[in-house]
This record gives sequence, C-alpha cells and structure tokens, in this order.
Amino acid sequence: MALFRELDYGTPARTGAPVTVEIDGQAISVPAGTSLMRAAQEAGIAVPKLCASDSLEPFGSCRLCVVEIEGRRGFPASCTTPVEAGMKVHTQSPKLAELRRGTMELYISDHPLDCLTCSANGNCELQDMAGVVGLREVRYDPVKTHLAEAKDESNPYFTFDPAKCIVCNRCVRACEEVQGTFALTITGRGFDSQVSAGQNETFLDSECVSCGACVNACPTATLMEKSVIEKGQAERSVTTTCAYCGVGCSFKAEIKGNEVVRMVPNKDGHANHGHACVKGRFAWGYATHPDRIAAPMIRESIHEPWRTVSWDEAIAYTAKRFKDIQAQYGRDSVGGLTSSRCTNEEAYLVQKLVRAAFGNNNVDTCARVCHSPTGYGLKVTLGESAGTQDFDSVLAADVVLVIGANPTDGHPVFGSQLKRRLREGAKLIVADPRGIDLVRGPHVKADHHLQLRPGSNVALLNSLAHVIVSEGLVDEAFVAERCEIEAFEQWRAFVADPRHSPEAMEELTGVPAASVRAAARLYATGGNAAIYYGLGVTEHSQGSSTVMAIANLAMATGNIGRPGVGVNPLRGQNNVQGSCDMGSFPHELPGYRHVSDPLARAQFEQAWGVTLLDEPGLRIPNMLAAAHAGTFKGMYIQGEDPAQSDPDTQHVTDALKAMECVVVQDLFLNETAKYAHVFLPGASFLEKNGTFTNAERRISPVRKVMPALAGKEDWEVTVALSNALGYPMNYSHPSQIMDEIASLTPTFTGVSYAKLERLGSIQWPCNDAAPEGTPIMHEDAFVRGKGRFMITEYIATEERTSRKRPLILTTGRILSQYNVGAQTRRTANGAWHAEDRLEIHPVDAEDRGINDGDWVSINSRAGETAMRATITERVQPGIVYTTFHHPESGANVITTDNSDWATNCPEYKVTAVQISKVATPSQWQEEFQAFTHEQLDLLPQIKVVQL
Amino acid sequence: MGMNATQLIKMANQIGAFFASQPDPLQARDDFAQHLKRQWDPQMRTALYAHLDASGGEGLSAFVLEAMRARRDQVEPVARPA
Repeated sequence: MALFRELDYGTPARTGAPVTVEIDGQAISVPAGTSLMRAAQEAGIAVPKLCASDSLEPFGSCRLCVVEIEGRRGFPASCTTPVEAGMKVHTQSPKLAELRRGTMELYISDHPLDCLTCSANGNCELQDMAGVVGLREVRYDPVKTHLAEAKDESNPYFTFDPAKCIVCNRCVRACEEVQGTFALTITGRGFDSQVSAGQNETFLDSECVSCGACVNACPTATLMEKSVIEKGQAERSVTTTCAYCGVGCSFKAEIKGNEVVRMVPNKDGHANHGHACVKGRFAWGYATHPDRIAAPMIRESIHEPWRTVSWDEAIAYTAKRFKDIQAQYGRDSVGGLTSSRCTNEEAYLVQKLVRAAFGNNNVDTCARVCHSPTGYGLKVTLGESAGTQDFDSVLAADVVLVIGANPTDGHPVFGSQLKRRLREGAKLIVADPRGIDLVRGPHVKADHHLQLRPGSNVALLNSLAHVIVSEGLVDEAFVAERCEIEAFEQWRAFVADPRHSPEAMEELTGVPAASVRAAARLYATGGNAAIYYGLGVTEHSQGSSTVMAIANLAMATGNIGRPGVGVNPLRGQNNVQGSCDMGSFPHELPGYRHVSDPLARAQFEQAWGVTLLDEPGLRIPNMLAAAHAGTFKGMYIQGEDPAQSDPDTQHVTDALKAMECVVVQDLFLNETAKYAHVFLPGASFLEKNGTFTNAERRISPVRKVMPALAGKEDWEVTVALSNALGYPMNYSHPSQIMDEIASLTPTFTGVSYAKLERLGSIQWPCNDAAPEGTPIMHEDAFVRGKGRFMITEYIATEERTSRKRPLILTTGRILSQYNVGAQTRRTANGAWHAEDRLEIHPVDAEDRGINDGDWVSINSRAGETAMRATITERVQPGIVYTTFHHPESGANVITTDNSDWATNCPEYKVTAVQISKVATPSQWQEEFQAFTHEQLDLLPQIKVVQL
Repeated sequence: MGMNATQLIKMANQIGAFFASQPDPLQARDDFAQHLKRQWDPQMRTALYAHLDASGGEGLSAFVLEAMRARRDQVEPVARPA
C-alpha cells in the first residue's frame, strides 16, 4: 500500500449511461454499472472497506462496506452492488456501525496487536478501519489463531507474513487481474484459508514474477517491502519515471531524507496505471551501490592507474585532449555517443556539443544497435519515425500480432496489459523462433504460433501479405483513400506472385503454410488488428525491410489511425524514442530533419550561432571502423557501454584501444570504461531532472529525488565540457533545455515543463494542432500525406550455417535483468538470473553429449565463449539462444559484423555457431578476467559518498 | 578513410540489393544514390569511389556499379576543409 495514498474509489470506473441515485441524502449521477461504493466516494462519502480497491474488480468478501438501501432487505455490500436509478442508500446507521464493529472485531481477534512495532504502522488500512468503525475491544479469546505462522522471506524484496493476513484476496486478485500471472491463490477453507504462492511453494520458488502488485494491493503488513521493514516509512514522495524499459512507468519515489525507501507505481501513471515489474519496482538499489564511482578520474593510457581529480581538472583535461586530437588529426577525428538511458535533455546537449563544439556530425546513439530500422522503415512508409499508438490502444484490439518481441519479459507492464486483453477474448498471433511465454501459459494461449527460422521475417511477412492480397482481404477503401495507389499496385503485384505464397515460403521460414494462411486471415478479418514488434524484427540484416513489411500489412488491412490497431515498436530502453527524437543520429537534427535540409539547418545555425555541416557523420560502427584504421581518435560516451552491448566485442575493444581519448560518463566502471582515459561520474535517474520519452511517444518527467552522488547531473557535465571546448552553453535547469528543444522541433513546440507538470505526461506531436499531445497518429492522413507501400524482397542474410557451424544462435533478454546488466546485476535480481545460459534443444544437446548445466563452448566466425547449457524445448532444433546481461558471458564475442542494410543495426539475432561440451572458459574469457582484474586494481580506493 | 573497402563493399551491395528489387530501375538507381548521400559519411563515399577508381569496382554488384557511376555527381562528396 502506498504511503502517500491516492483517493481509492473502491471499484473501477465504468462507462455506462448516467444513473442517478441518492446516497446519504445527496443525489449523484454516475455511469451505469458503477458500484454504490464508488458512487458514494464520488459524492465525497467514504464507505469503510478492506477487500475493495479501484484497481481490482469488486469481490465482496470483507463485509465492511455494507450499506442500507431503502425498500430492500438486508445489508448489501456496496462494492458489489451496482447503482440503480432512484436508489436511496444510507452508509451510516447504528445497525451498520454495529455490523462493521463486529466484523472488525473478528478480524482483529486473529491479528497481532503489535501496531507500534509493525512496519505498516500509520500506513495500514486494517488499523485505519479499526479506527473508523470505533473498535474499542475484542471480546473473543480464540483457541486457535494464525499468529504463530512463519514468515516467507524468500523473495529478496518483500516478505509474506501470514500472521498478519486477513485473507481479503486483494493480493490474489492483483496477481490475476493486474499482473496476469495467477501465481497466488487461496488454499484451504474456513479457518484454514490462506494465501499460497504456486503449489504451496515459497514466493521465490513459485511462478511469482515479483512485480509487486500483491504488495501494492495488501491493506496490511502481510506483504511488505523489506526496505520499509528495514528503514521505516518514508517522509515524502516524488513522482518520477522509471529508467528501465521503453514502457516508461511512472513511479512515486518514497523518500526519507535523501534515501529512497521504496518505489511505488503511480496509479495516475499514463503508461502503467499503477502497475510495475520487478525491475522498476524493486531493482533501484544500484543507485547507491558501492561500485558507484563518485569522483572524476583521468589517466594517460589504459594500463596506468586512474587518478582522482576535481571536476574542473577533469573537464579541462578532456577538452584539451579533444582539441589536441582535432588539431592533429582533423575535425572529423572525434565524435560522441548519446544514450537511450539518459534524458532527452542530455541527449540533446550531447548532439549539440558534437555538432557545435566538435564541429562535425559524428554523433550516434545506442538506438543504432536496437531500433534504428524502426526509425528508417516507419519514416519511409508512414512518414514518422515512431510507433502509431498509445499503450492503452491494446485494450481495443481484437487481434494482436506479436513478432520478434517478448513483452512479458522485455516490456512486462505492457505484457500484463496485453494479457488482460487476451483474457477478454482478443486473438493472438505470435511470430517467434522461440516458444515465448505468450505462446502457451496457464491463462494465455496464442491462436497461432508461427515458429519461423531466425532471419526469415521478411519471407514470412511477404507470405502473410500474399494471403491477404490473393484472398481479397485488402481494405480497398482505406488504401484508395489513404495510400499512394501506384506504389500499392506495385506492391500488390509483388506479393501476389506465387513465389511469396505460404506454400512456396514454407521451406524457407519453417512455418506450415496452413498456419500462415490462418494467421493472415485472422489478422485481416478479425476486427481491430495491432502489430507489436521488438528487436527480433530490427536486429537483422533485413531489419528495415521487415519494419516496412509490417507497415505494408497494417496499411493494406486498414489497421492504422484508430484505437486498437497500428504499428507498435516496443522500444528496448527507457529513452530509445527520445534519444532518436533529439537528433542523436549522425544524419538528422532534432525532430528527424536531415542535416542536408537547408531550412532546418538554418534554424539551428541561428539558434546555436554556428555553421553546421550538411553531410551525415559517422555511425557507431563507422566510428569504430575508422578507429581501427587510425583516423578516429576520440570519443565522448555518455551512458553507453558498447564494449558489452555492441556486436563482435573484440572488434569493439580493439577500436577503443586504438583511440587516444575515450571519455566515459557513467555510473560504474563499465566494460567500455576499462578502455577509457577519462571517467566522468554520471548521475542515476534518481539524481537528476529531465524527461524520458517512451515507446508510445510519451514524454514523462524525471524528477530529482536525491542529490547527484558526484555533485553534477549529466547535463551539467556536458555543459561544462562544451564551455571548456570553447562553445558556450548556458543553462541553469533542464527546463531551459526543453524550451530550446521546443523552439527548434516542430513536433515539440507545445512541450514545456509547466505543461508536463499540469498534464503528467505528453505524447508528441504536441503543437498548435495538438496542444495536449497525440495519443494516436495518422488518424486522418499519414504524416507523409499518403502511405507508401514498399517492395520488400526477401534477401537471405550472409550468415549461413555450415557443417562447421550448423546451429543458429539468437539472443534476447530476460525479465529480471536489463540490457547489459550494469544496473540489475547490482541488485538482488540475481536471485532469478545469476548468469547467462545457453538454451539448446534436447535433440541438439543429445547429439553433442550435453547435459543440463554442462559448460559448453559457443564458437562463431567472430569468436568463442563458454557458458552453461539449459536444455529446453523452448527453442527449435537447430536454434540456440542466450541472453547478454553478464559481461563475462561474452555473448557479443560471438555475434558478427553483419548489420541491417539501411541503418547498420547489428544482426544480433542470427549467428552461425557450433556448440561443444567444455571444461574450461574460452581464451577470450580468460583474457577478459585478467583484463578486468587489472582494471579494477587500477582504480583508486574511492569511498561512495554516503547520502 | 577509416573503413576498409571490404566492409564498404558489403554495405553498398546490401543497400544495392534492396533498391535493385524496386520496380522502377531508374528510380531505384536514384534512390540508391540518395541513400548513400543521405546516410553515409562523406569519408565513406569517398573511400568507396576510391575503390571504384582503383579496382574498377571489384566486389561491387552490377547494380551498385551502375548506380555509382551514373549518379557519381550526386553521391561523391565535394572536398571540404578538414
């Protein structure tokens, strides 16, 4: 239960026609279907309750909310009684008071009377209700209670204390209705009724995903955060935005002094509506982890000890090194890297520094290695480099196609929203080489699982389109009105070719033609159809083609421009969308305007007072290649870790070693920082102000919760560096940076911190045409005018299996860890995923004599590493899979230099490998360990500043 | 130039393969040229043309060769001060 409680109406809002009732003499009109409890609360009358919450459907078990209705017998529960016209309701009477006191007395007779030492003291609904009903004594002396039952402390973040449980079912219902995992149930009957996880297992051993919904729902201290038990209750609360995935959940950081006590999902959060996942809810301890580096450091070479210096010295040193490099090797010999983990304001400043202070366009962002094909493909077809919907749109979808995404792991809060819609009856098509959780779970089952071979996305999408075109399922009216007809007719002819039929493609994709035909028919005719996709689409040599093929499908079936439909990229990191919006790509200024556009350039030149180059700069892989060749010598890297996250690790680290000045601004000595000459300590999301933009284009405020550990917020560091480089920047608060962004970016002209404060969040475009933002794009016309169908010929990747490397490795992520793991590895999330493992099919394992848990070598043409094997039928024969959250696993030692044709987004998803049983780590791993030890020894002994 | 020719050839051929599959050959050539012009750093384009001049375009697909030659005035960067 949140300390700083929002008003809880007891039951969810309804949307029926208005009905007027009288409650305690007050007339109130509410939508039909509204409960009496909610109607009363809307009239300002609080009815006592314990089992009711407006985030859950009414349940009617606690009997505290009983009311009297004139003309009716008995005392109905107000939470389960809907309003009826003309009802006259009384919420207070001597009889009701007696009943409620009696109920409370029974509850308290089996509840410890330890309020003064209870972790929920002062923040307990049971305690509140005892006061509300005027409970003064407990007359019972029960012979049997639950008071001696043992606590379950298995979960690293919260405890379950059955002694304090009132069996109100809120946790069970939250697990079902909000999270959709169904891990909890009530076992036993009568006195023996109790909350049980899994099959009477501990919370940690059960299928519980530790989202915290149960903890949030609990009205007592039964389910309580360990941080609250340890630290006590918070003193204040600050609303901010999560720094993990692209869902961008809103949280209330509850704080005592400068210390976070807990993060509570914000019920008014527009992206998450009060829900969270194990990362955002609990895995924030990294912000004060002892590994944080709290002072700037410099060194001449990477084999020298780091020297702790003042900010002034670090900034001056860095500026001099960059200036010297540019003087010696030329203007283009340096560049910068923005991060999707940093704020919009920070990304904007880094690209501004590169363009205005370095004087080139060598700026890129980590979106290069995840969603750059989304930006390209959607711009070409629809006219804007962004998803078309808001997350809530899924609640109006009748058919959902999930391709190359694993929402329940990668975007868990959206995954829960999707599962809720599926439970309501929406149909699901999953296109994925693996059997992700959505394919088949206890309460969700895909209607079609198109288990394609990695690398065959375009072939599959073309065959889906073939069915739609050849079976007359095109929305001809939509296409005629909204799309370029000539391009459509060319596309229609292209996909109609028999070579694209599901039957012809079956050998290539591995998906039975009948399944493809059925899925295509469902997508085209099943009502509102929405496509959600992730990195399984973009991280291929045909990533951009796949995005365009997805847009083609949506346009051909008229599934664009209204709720329930659309093209929805699920962005990996919290600010992928924002970092791209902010001009982090080397060819685009903020707002996706090409550097060759003279009008856009003139606008920025006037505002910034510099002349800008009209040619694109180097992308990340180009910068690394140029470093290899000796022409690229210096890099300013803010909040990114290419040495772990980018493909072909040895190529990356060799490039870093070849540079003369690598500057890393980060929280920790990450893998890249081990090759750096300057370390500038970064600020976590709790330590700064700014904004993040999530996958639905929603700009949300990031608010400072505690002082920056090293004394500077990240934007301040960039400002200082720019000034030292000779290009003046002068901001005193990130709101001023946003004002500049708004003044220069057509889709942001209406955005300001004042408006964000008022609205909570804003979906761009936000301008005169849409002053409060745009939940759904392309409603009346596409941003580019007419939608453009693109021919998407399937072109096989050059990465092929062979006798030497007969398996395909594909990579992904897991629920409890995040990206390179720099944050989550420094939390207790290791309880769920302490190491990366290789998933291998039983047949492939048996062929190689591999048992579950064995160490295996993974060998590709790029390199070799080793990890333990997990034998599972989640993967097909011929396919192996791993995650990349732990640097010592070296998952990217194996991935290759193949990339998307249009954007150079790496082809992480297809690598030919051989697997064999081994007893020792790979040579790379041994070298990695030795290098890591060396680098850790070179660190000064810095104590983390105690907040 | 900071990128070896092999990598540039591979990238150019990949881009060429996409545009070569588009229905209008002349438009495809223009679009290929525009892609290089709008997406590639000038150093990379210069290096690719240097490879074309030095080797006759060894390793480049026929479509790429044709497009590079036909649209050289648009794609090859104008020298600028370092």
